Amino acid sequence: MDFEDTPEEAEFRAEVQAWLKANAPKNASANAFSADLNEAEALKIAKEWQAKKADARYAKITWPREIGGMGGTPIQNVIYSQEEAKYALPGGFFDIGLGMCIPTLLTHGTPEQAERYTKPALYGEEIWCQLFSEPAAGSDLAGIRTRAEKDGDEWVVNGQKIWTSGAHYSDYGILVTRSNPDVPKHKGLTFFFLDMKTPGVEVKPIKQISGGANFNEVYFTDVRIPDSQRLGAEGDGWKVSLTTLMNERAAIGGGGGALGSDELLKLFRGIEMHDGPAINNMAVRERLADWYVQGQGLKYTRFRSLTALSKGETPGPENSIGKAVSAPRGQDYTSFALELMELGGMITDPDLAPLKAGFQSGWLFAPAMRIAGGTDEILKNIIAERVLGLPGEIRVDKDTPFNELPTGH
Amino acid sequence: MNFDFSDDQKLLKDQANKFLQDKCDLTVVRRILDGDELYEADVWKGIVEMGWTGTAIPEEYGGIGLGHLELCMIAEELGRSLAPVPFSSSVYLATEALLIAASEDQKQKYLPALAAGEMIGTLALNEGTQAATPRTIKASYSGGKISGTKLPVPDGDIANFAVVAVKTGSGSDEGAISLAVVDLTGEGVTRTPVTTLDPTRNLSNITFDNAPAELVGAEGSGWSTIRQVLDRAAVLTAFEQVGGADAALNTAKEYALGRYAFGRPIASFQAIKHKLADMYIKNELARSNSYYGAWALSTNAPDLPAAAAGARIAATDAFNFAAKENIQTHGGMGFTWEFDCHLFYRRAKLLSVSLGSALSWKDKLVSELEKRNAA
Amino acid sequence: MDFEDTPEEAEIRAEIRAWLSENAGKFDEGRDRSRPLTGREVIERSKAWQKIKADAGYAAITWPKEYGGMGGTSMQNVIYGQEEAKFNMPGNLFLIGIGMAMPTLMVHGTPEQRERFIRPALYGEEVWCQLFSEPGAGSDLANVRTRAEKDGDEWVVNGQKIWTSGAHYSDWGILVARTDPTKPKHKGLSYFLVDMKAPGVEAKPITQISGAHHFNEVYFENLRIPDSMRVGAEGDGWQVALTTLMNERQAVGNMGSSVGIEEFIELARQTELADGPAIRNAAVREKIADWHIQSEGLKYIRFMSLTALSRGETPSPRASISKAVNAPRKQDLSAFAMELMDLGGIVRDRELSPFRGRFQEEWIAAPGIRIAGGTDEIMRNIIAERVLGLPGDVRVDKDTPFNEQPTGF
Ligand SMILES: Cc1cc2nc3c(=O)[nH]c(=O)nc-3n(C[C@H](O)[C@H](O)[C@H](O)COP(=O)(O)OP(=O)(O)OC[C@H]3O[C@@H](n4cnc5c(N)ncnc54)[C@H](O)[C@@H]3O)c2cc1C
Ligand SMILES: Cc1cc2nc3c(=O)[nH]c(=O)nc-3n(C[C@H](O)[C@H](O)[C@H](O)COP(=O)(O)OP(=O)(O)OC[C@H]3O[C@@H](n4cnc5c(N)ncnc54)[C@H](O)[C@@H]3O)c2cc1C
Repeated sequence: MDFEDTPEEAEFRAEVQAWLKANAPKNASANAFSADLNEAEALKIAKEWQAKKADARYAKITWPREIGGMGGTPIQNVIYSQEEAKYALPGGFFDIGLGMCIPTLLTHGTPEQAERYTKPALYGEEIWCQLFSEPAAGSDLAGIRTRAEKDGDEWVVNGQKIWTSGAHYSDYGILVTRSNPDVPKHKGLTFFFLDMKTPGVEVKPIKQISGGANFNEVYFTDVRIPDSQRLGAEGDGWKVSLTTLMNERAAIGGGGGALGSDELLKLFRGIEMHDGPAINNMAVRERLADWYVQGQGLKYTRFRSLTALSKGETPGPENSIGKAVSAPRGQDYTSFALELMELGGMITDPDLAPLKAGFQSGWLFAPAMRIAGGTDEILKNIIAERVLGLPGEIRVDKDTPFNELPTGH
Repeated sequence: MNFDFSDDQKLLKDQANKFLQDKCDLTVVRRILDGDELYEADVWKGIVEMGWTGTAIPEEYGGIGLGHLELCMIAEELGRSLAPVPFSSSVYLATEALLIAASEDQKQKYLPALAAGEMIGTLALNEGTQAATPRTIKASYSGGKISGTKLPVPDGDIANFAVVAVKTGSGSDEGAISLAVVDLTGEGVTRTPVTTLDPTRNLSNITFDNAPAELVGAEGSGWSTIRQVLDRAAVLTAFEQVGGADAALNTAKEYALGRYAFGRPIASFQAIKHKLADMYIKNELARSNSYYGAWALSTNAPDLPAAAAGARIAATDAFNFAAKENIQTHGGMGFTWEFDCHLFYRRAKLLSVSLGSALSWKDKLVSELEKRNAA
Repeated sequence: MDFEDTPEEAEIRAEIRAWLSENAGKFDEGRDRSRPLTGREVIERSKAWQKIKADAGYAAITWPKEYGGMGGTSMQNVIYGQEEAKFNMPGNLFLIGIGMAMPTLMVHGTPEQRERFIRPALYGEEVWCQLFSEPGAGSDLANVRTRAEKDGDEWVVNGQKIWTSGAHYSDWGILVARTDPTKPKHKGLSYFLVDMKAPGVEAKPITQISGAHHFNEVYFENLRIPDSMRVGAEGDGWQVALTTLMNERQAVGNMGSSVGIEEFIELARQTELADGPAIRNAAVREKIADWHIQSEGLKYIRFMSLTALSRGETPSPRASISKAVNAPRKQDLSAFAMELMDLGGIVRDRELSPFRGRFQEEWIAAPGIRIAGGTDEIMRNIIAERVLGLPGDVRVDKDTPFNEQPTGF
């Protein structure tokens, strides 16, 4: 047992380090999800950086070389991410496209489509978004109602999507629609990709509780999509979506949050309570220890998965615990940090609150982390069913035609 | 990166698992629970024959000189099977204390005998129903004799000798504490088994009345040795806890799949599904922290105190949770003597209070973080 | 610990104290304390004390006078409970009779049944047990299979009950049995009063995890029950049982502890941690505060329920909160007390453990409290469904005839 790289891994790491040192842009710390972002500027820096990465084949390390990847191993991918994480780089704009949309296109699209869209996505020239969730279809994704009706060689789409991250700066999107409401819900779906500039597509920003507006409502009014942009057969939309979702969960299960135990320790040292510095208070220490141990647990769980990858094996089911732990943990410790600041915990002015109000913005974003990409509850269902082999929910919606299902508000 | 046990180590684990399944299933544990024997002598004999007692003892002292990673693998299986043997006292506590602090003569005298199972040792720390601290240790040593009472001493009625924490200085600071090795079968030692919540393991009330003793390590160095022993034992015990928690989760799962209420398996109720998912999450966090502890232990890394505390905290939480929610999943059946759930509930608690409470380990862990990030 | 009383409460308290110091004080005079009481002696002692209380009207303070109660207020009842707890008086023998069976008779019983049973129960002359649960019917109580068949003026009962607390020393039992297996499960049940000494009733002990014997299996073989011992109409057993269950949750939720927060505080004062007495440790203090506010919260819920009871109303399902909070709280509090005792926490020896090992006994009993009379999970379902009005679980068993239901192992 050791944490050392193998000789090949060490060599690769050295290459990556050298390349990053020579190429990483300085002082570009903006992230697609931060609230105080000058988005246009961040996007510009991010696109430049993405193009550089793509040129050096670091943009998609595990993809084959023919389509612009490096043909590398998963462990090389991890090594790159570890090294890149040491720099403050713009991120978050291309993950949906490269992590979910293009892989789906590669699996289900034509060779020409793959050829046409992969490279621009890789170079950050075209940004993609995911048009899945709807007001009545989130956890229960198969409940979507956006309608697609065939009209000759085209489909006419009407309906509404919601929570679409980055729709306002995206060039393309992947879309799940209902093409046949008379069959059970998982059977009547069809999957497309489309140009976000198609007439009839309207993007309205949603203001989040954090004050930022990273996601949107997207309305479709008589939007015409050529049948050639259908991915998978008519009625097979659910299966195609599963390809996307598998990629989504694999992508999101990655690294930890920006704030860690070191920041908490620093905060607790700096805060005076009635009987001395917070860090000397045993109730504070107990929590810090718990969060630290959870963080370590996640880190070393990742290391276990990486070890499997490094040996060319498939990681075990243990990596499914990641977000179910990190999301509530992030909410708990940011919330506790605010408590300790007393009334000052409410201050969001980055010049006045510790760590540029990082705990405050973390706390505001925490609820979203517990929802996006599978809620806490859905993740536990997945652990119970897929890892432990417990039975699924008793379903009342599996065999009934979609238009006969009860709906609620 | 290779954050995993080697194939040889896993093979050892499989062997341990097979041996214990074969020789030490829960009916064997029950025999100790219900009877008057202090431990399962046959299982112990098998363990000794396979050399587990000498796993981490260097060959020059009669051990097989493997190492702590191998010991971790064995510990996990002992924990899973709830084996009623004095392994932890003799191997994690007494052997480690001697490896750290004993003189060459003492090592020659005790380690080969420990490896060969001719002797069983323990560590006598607590005095009464509170934490052992330099302030609460009152047993005294002078002129080669010790006097005082140790309660409870793990496996104290089984062991031939104990490494005993004694007071040699006048103050109440750490420098006032030393360790002394005492023959428990010799003069001046009175031992009585104590009734406890886990009758599958022995705990003893031992009174020393001018019992002959010999210091282990320099006078006044006892507390620093204890600290190191506890760190090592915490990692090894964490593996026992992970094994136990895993077994409790499996028991709960099997029962939930077969038990019907309201016309469906109780495993299909989300309250039960999420309960078991929570167990799984805690168990994996514990396992990962324990792996890191194992690495730190096997390399004697400077981070060992923090790694040990992490393993200890996560594994204690996991086993306590799995054990109590396993009963809960069984409903009334879980509350019967006949079902095995209570064996896990009892053992989880014993391991949780051994080596000090979770609270004290959390305190230690934060102290380590503070040291690492000097203000 | 004490709370300020209003002047009126203080007066009641003074009265009760005077009565208790007179009666409870001398109750145990002359008892040989050098040996523990035998099971038989515990029962005799409980009965003797119950009679003294009943004579003075303290056995059921909130019951109407017509039933031998005091017609008193909930507040009086609570004060009485607090004061009696200061003496080591025998307790729970009459929990089922007075807490569950008699309140059920008050609602559903015939005048003759009330006349016959209420007074002897109150005076401790007859002890009751609850013959509800079966191997295949616990949480899902309506699943009982014990059969009662009509034969003239009598019912012939065959089947098996389990977990019957105190069956081995009880005089009477309340029984739910299936009178019509061709109806859906909730519809074919009836409710009876059983003479436990009648031929055809056999109790076999079950040992609990603590090693003690409190509950039993009870077998019925051609037991004959006169129809006059039926409570409620034939087929209405489920409705009647619900009244019992509501009262049970109330009774169990309010069950006193042999150790509570006062003892815990005392323990924390006595116990040295590495850095001083535990009571000074902020993490310990935080727990004390949490447990304290929980018990305060429960106290007021209890007031409301007692008020309902004393008006002869069925207590609100809100009482479910008591049990849902109290049971895990007992487990947590005792477990943490044992942690404070370090390795010594595992010692189960009255002579060696603080508070004569009561924390240890509480800990080993606690898992049973989380299960008996409705598990934690069932309590939450009840709160969700009956208090908050959320829908029930999807049921697969409601309308199927009983003899067609799946069973598991
Ligand atoms: C920051 C952010 C970014 C997002 N970006 C995108 C995006 O780019 N594209 C996109 O398509 N979507 C996106 N989403 C939407 C996201 O996928 C959904 O919000 C999520 O799947 C939950 O769906 P919902 O909001 O409809 O909640 P619901 O599904 O209505 O859930 C409400 C509550 O019910 C619970 N629940 C539902 N079903 C079950 C069940 N079977 N068992 C137990 N509990 C259940 C949930 O856990 C939750 O607590 C984003 C969301 C967030 C917060
Ligand atoms: C100490 C003690 C004393 C008792 N005394 C008596 C007595 O005197 N008389 C008597 O009749 N009975 C008595 N009981 C029995 C008690 O009422 C039952 O044990 C209890 O109702 C649970 O039923 P079960 O044991 O069959 O467990 P099950 O119903 O099999 O439950 C097993 C697990 O499944 C869960 N579960 C079941 N259904 C659901 C659901 N719908 N949603 C979510 N989770 C679910 C439960 O919460 C539990 O965790 C006693 C029990 C104990 C422990």
